[in-house]
Formats: sequence, structure tokens, C-alpha cells
Amino acid sequence: MEATTYNYKIVRQFAIMTVIWGIVGMLVGVIIAAQLIWPALNFELPWLTYGRLRPLHTNAVIFGFGGTAMFTVIYYVVQRTCHVRLFAEKLAAFTFWGWQAIIVLAAVSFILGISTSKEYAELEWPIDLLIAVVWVAFAIVFFGTVIKRKTPHIYVANWFFGAYILTIAILHIVNSAELPIAFFGGSWLKSYSVYPGVQDAMVQWWYGHNAVGFFLTTAFLGMMYYFIPKQAGRPIYSYRLSIVHFWALNFTYMWAGPHHLQYSALPDWAQSLGMVFSLILLAPSWGGMMNGIMTLSGAWHKLRTDPILKFLVTALSFYGMSTFEGPMMSVKTVNALSHFTEWTIGHVHSGALGWVAMISIGSLYYLIPRLFGREEMYSMKLVTTHFWVATIGVVLYIAAMWIAGVAQGLMWRASNPDGTLQYGFAQVLNAMYPFYTIRLLGGLMFFSGMLIMAYNVWKTISVGKAVNDAPIPAPAHAHA
Amino acid sequence: MQEFDTPFWSWYIIILTVVSIAGTALFLMSQRTRRLAPGEKAQEMEHRWDGDLVELNNPLPSWWVNLFWITLIFAAVYLVLYPGLGSFKGILGWTSFGEHAREMENAKAKYDPVFNQFMGQPVEQVAASGEAREMGQRLFYTYCAQCHGTDAAGATGFPNLTDKDWLYGGDAESIKSSIANGRMGVMPALGAALGEEGTKQVANYVLSLSGANHDAGLATAGKALYDTNCAACHGADAKGMAAMGAPNLTDKVWLYGGSEKAIVETINKGRNGVMPAQLQALGEAKVHLLTAYVYGLGGGMAKPEAPAMPAEAAPVEGAADAAGTSAAQADASAPAAQ
Repeated sequence: MEATTYNYKIVRQFAIMTVIWGIVGMLVGVIIAAQLIWPALNFELPWLTYGRLRPLHTNAVIFGFGGTAMFTVIYYVVQRTCHVRLFAEKLAAFTFWGWQAIIVLAAVSFILGISTSKEYAELEWPIDLLIAVVWVAFAIVFFGTVIKRKTPHIYVANWFFGAYILTIAILHIVNSAELPIAFFGGSWLKSYSVYPGVQDAMVQWWYGHNAVGFFLTTAFLGMMYYFIPKQAGRPIYSYRLSIVHFWALNFTYMWAGPHHLQYSALPDWAQSLGMVFSLILLAPSWGGMMNGIMTLSGAWHKLRTDPILKFLVTALSFYGMSTFEGPMMSVKTVNALSHFTEWTIGHVHSGALGWVAMISIGSLYYLIPRLFGREEMYSMKLVTTHFWVATIGVVLYIAAMWIAGVAQGLMWRASNPDGTLQYGFAQVLNAMYPFYTIRLLGGLMFFSGMLIMAYNVWKTISVGKAVNDAPIPAPAHAHA
Repeated sequence: MQEFDTPFWSWYIIILTVVSIAGTALFLMSQRTRRLAPGEKAQEMEHRWDGDLVELNNPLPSWWVNLFWITLIFAAVYLVLYPGLGSFKGILGWTSFGEHAREMENAKAKYDPVFNQFMGQPVEQVAASGEAREMGQRLFYTYCAQCHGTDAAGATGFPNLTDKDWLYGGDAESIKSSIANGRMGVMPALGAALGEEGTKQVANYVLSLSGANHDAGLATAGKALYDTNCAACHGADAKGMAAMGAPNLTDKVWLYGGSEKAIVETINKGRNGVMPAQLQALGEAKVHLLTAYVYGLGGGMAKPEAPAMPAEAAPVEGAADAAGTSAAQADASAPAAQ
């Protein structure tokens, strides 16, 4: 018999875990931000040193918080826009437990100092294998659901989700090709990449940049394409624009990785290609922002009163800023100043906090009441408070890092009349402390926002009732 | 270009890149549509999902299309001018190696005379020049401070350069040799040879040498072990040997810590102190300036007279400072290292 209801259980599980991993990941971020000001905060314990906590922070927020948010949204949106219950529900349940296990294993292994040392791919090979299995299961559930859809067309959000799932599979499998040193008489818990030297660097940044491109951009654009029109109650601005920027974005992102290796041992031709394709990426990136923002035409007044829409639209603004900044930073001349400075950290966080976190938070505020049988969140006032605390936090964070980064770059290159460096490393570091402090304050604010959210979610859930039987409406085949 | 084994891969990149950029441009052109007349509403697509999700079909914003074109044209022009299309070098002939070489040449022409002006002067004289000391300090901040600290007072494992306790000699020649050619200070691991009890005994004997708190019984037992295992390098009088960088154990200056625990660890596991050689990276003139700076930090010593009997050479520079003597002692062999 064909199912008549949607599977909300899996969505609820992931939604709750998104809030939890968000808090964990950001707490670790706040701790390491504080360690940069007060190094003694590692308490001389190897498990708490910066080098171990930093990958824990990045992995917990990207894969723990961001990844879990994507599972939440994809399982919800793919069902609702295909008008069918989830395909292979047992497999979907496996992706939930598998993904949670991966995050816990990641946290434990990083604290123990087990790491491949490849950025955003620090997890060792047994966990990499588990990721591959969970991801294939995810792909089966998603594409299975799309295939059995009741609507003639595939909704635009699902294009982005599909691109995300396919590409992450390819990136993860290729970049994680590694050999445990046990084969050579060493440990089973340490592996090295199969690629040598600069080729490894190239594969790593092809992966690393597309982790940003597909994990943190394409996927979250899909999220935007569902929740903005829903919350604004307006039609999407342009179907044509969505097609053009979808293909252009996915195609061009693949080329941009080498811009992480400007002025390195990578051959000049590869550096140049990385730069020009990063510039070409600007318009396709902004296409998504335009389509989202223009969808609000006729509904701008809602921004004044609706904090969820505030989250979603502010996220798009930060997205637009970061995707302008990225291509600029890939230009060799700019990169010569910005590379290795705090500017990069500012750039990443304008994307991670401003875009990824804000759009996820807005979407969760839309979802949670619907998953727990409530009209809206327990307190919309607290949602507004969360919005302002988070926004001010992001602005403090990225402004501090921009100023710090540019100052750092200029101080590093400043020279005396005899050609020696005007500032020693420690002097530059000393100049960073005020900005590190402002950054910590910004991070603390963003983190407090997550605590407000957790409280609000808790209250919403405790007075609400889990919805297990949201009926599947008949799809509208043609619009009058 | 040496990056390609065969022309195949170069052509592979050229074709893939050109087809990609041209293809993107063609795709963009194919999506051109009529602009909406003033007041005209965009058509709504005939799809509907999840109740109320619908799409308008507005034409692409023209400023957005123009932005896209600008980046595509920039890409095409850039790839004609600069390397990017496989082994095609670009008509400007720019390379990152070339840019680096040019900058280095310019810097050489500009700065070499500034540094070279001190080359003719002996280190002692350079150390007295305020200008040279300032330049030396800036070099020190860049190349040395990471280990020795901005105040040159060192850290665990990295010698203090401001006192008169020198591992390899504190005269200008020895300092220059340390900077130019580097040093390898190796203390072999003796834990296995001495055993746990023996290590403790030797450690207590070592503690007794500088009058630190120690267990007299253990120290007495340690003396014999010291004589067999340690005296070859640290000397029978334990005043060290600069030729090997073996530290004086009778002063209160400790490179790796002077607690019983630290000394036991040193004996057990050994130590490997490495000062990297700087001559090749910095060149004569900068090494000369750095030598003068370090010499002038307070620990610099006159080059001792070549003594006939090293053991008698101790009082050359202020007998009050036992630390200094160990360095001076080594003069016979230290210059030989150069």
C-alpha cells in the first residue's frame, strides 16, 4: 500500500542534532579563539591543545552542524517537493546513526591526536570509509525519492541537493585515497595520501575548495530555494536564472581549487587557471543571491516583522559578500597580501557564520514548529533576539579579522631601508591581540545566540507534539 | 615547459580550458531573452510543488549577464597574456620564477651595499656601531628570535645569548662559526647503559657539581659512573668542552633544565640540539652583522691567546665567571671547526 504520510521522524532527529552539534562546534571555536589570546587555556593537556581542537572545531561545524542541517533539510524538502514518502527509510535511519557515529568518532580521534593533517579531510581512513558508506546510502535515499516523485518536474532545490550529494561523493573518495602505514610496519591509525608532493596539494585543494563550494554553497543554496519562497510566500523570481546559475556554478567551482596555492610550487599555468575560473565564478555565485533576494519583491515589508525572513535574507547578503570576496582574494596580487593572514579566517567566517549558519538557523526556525505540531516557535521574541545577537556577532568577528588580516599582511611585507623586515613575527602577533579579543567577543555572541535557540527549541518541543502523520497532498499538475 | 612529459597533456589542458570558457559563453548567449516591456509581468511557470511553490520566469538581469561577460572576457585576455593554457607561456612571458628572480636582483642591487659597508670592519668594531647594531637586531628578530627569543635570552633547549656561558665559545670567531655553519649538540642517551639507579646517581652527582640540592649518598656513587661515562665529553672537572659543545656542568646554567627530573631525562634519552647553518641563506654580510649583534649582547669575549695548556687557560677572562672559562678552554679546537 502506498504511504499517505511523510516521514518526519528522521527530519526531527536530524533537526535536534543540528542544534546540538552547532553548540558543540561553536563552543570549541570559542575555546580556541580564547586560546589564541590566553595560550594557558590548554592547561598543558595534549588533548586540549590548539592543534587538536582546531580540526575538531572545523569538522564539528562543517560536517557536524552543516552536514546535519543538510540531512534535516534534504529529507524534509525532497519529500515535500516530490509529494512522496522517503525512499528506503531503513537506509535513511542508517544515515542518521552513521552520520552521528562519524561525528563522535571524529571528535574522539582528533582529541587523541589522530589526524591525516589534510585540512577538512583530517579524519583517518576507517572513518573515511564509514563516511563513504553513509554517503552512498544517503544518495540512494535521495535519488530514490526523486525517482518515485509524483510531480512532473524536479524542484530547483533538489537539483542543488543532487549536485551536492554526487560531488561530495567524488571529492571525498578521490581525496581520501590513502595508505595506512601499517603496511610498512607502522600504526593502523596513521595513513598517508597516495598522491606525492605538489599533486597531493592540488588534489587536497581541489577537494578543499569544493568542500566549500559544494558542501557549504550548493547544498545551502538548495536550502535557500525552498525556505525563502516558503517564508516570503512569493514565487521564485526567475526559473531561467536558476538554470543558468545552477549549471554555471557547478561547472566553474570545479576549477577554482588552485587559488589556494598561489605562489606555491604548483605550476604557473595551474595557478592562473585557478584564478581566472574563480573570477568567472562571481556571476554564477551571485545568481543564487539575486534569485533569492528578488523573490522577496512584493514581500519586503515582511522583513520588518518576520525574524525568520531576517535570518534568511541576511544570510543571502553575507553569501553575496563572501562570494565577491572569494574571487578577489584569488587574484594573485591580492592573494600575495591576504594569504596566511587573518583575512582568510574572516572570509571563511563571513561564509560559515553569516551564510551557512544563518540560513540553517532560519530554516530550522521554520521547520521545528512544523515538525512538532506548533504554529510557530515558543517565543518569536527570542528568535528576534537571536537574530540580532548573531548578526552583531558575525559583524564583529569578520570586521576584526579583516582589519587584523590586512594589518598583518602589510606588517609582514613592511621593510626597513636596509631591506630587513620592519616587524618581527612576535611584534605582528602582538598587534593582533586587540582583534583576537574582538573576535572572541563576536564568537561568544554568536555562540550565545545558539544557546538562546536551544532554549527556544526545547520549550517548543516540550509544549508541542511530534507530528508523525503529515499527510501527503496531491500534487498540482498544472497551475491555472 | 618542464611540467609536461609529453605534448599530449599540454593540449589536453588547452582544449579543455578553451572549450570550457567558450562553452560557458555560448551557454550564456543561448539564454538571452527579450526584455520585459515596462509594466509587463514575468510569465509564471506551469509547475507547482508542495502547495504554493511556484516560479516566475523573469529574464536574466542584464547587469548580471554583463558581469558574467566581463569575467569571461577577462579570463580570455588573461590567458593570452599570462601562462595558463598548458605549455603556452603567454605573450608577456611572465613566470613566477622570473618575478622572484627579478625582485631578488633588485633587492641585491639596493641592499647589498648597505650590508657590505661593514664587511671590512672586525666584529668588535661593528658591534660598537649603533647603526650596525640596529640592523643586526632587525636581522635577529627575523631569523633568530623564533628560538632564542626577541630578548635573546633563549628558552629550554635554546641557549641564552646574553650571558657569558658559551657552549661553543664566545669570541667573535666562534660566534660567527656557530651562525654561519650551524652546530649539532648531541648528548647520547645513556639510560640503557646506566640503568635506572645509575642514572639517578649520576644525576645527583651532576647536581652536586654546581652545589645544588642533592642526595650525597647517590652523588658519591654517581662519581665513578660519571668518570667512566661522561667525563670524555664534559671533562673530568665537568667544565665542559667547547669543541663538542658539551656544557659546563659546574655552573648554574642549564640548557634543558636543572631539576633532578630534567637531568634524569637528559641522561636517559639524550639530547639533540641543532643550530641551523645560516651562511647559505643569508650570505657573508648578514652573518657578519648578526655576529656583531650577538657579540654585543653582553657575552662577547676577546679571542683568547692561543694557550699552550688548555687546562691553564681558565683565568683568561675574569676568573669570577666559571661559565666563561669553559668556553675559553676550548679555544684550541674551536677555531679548527671553521
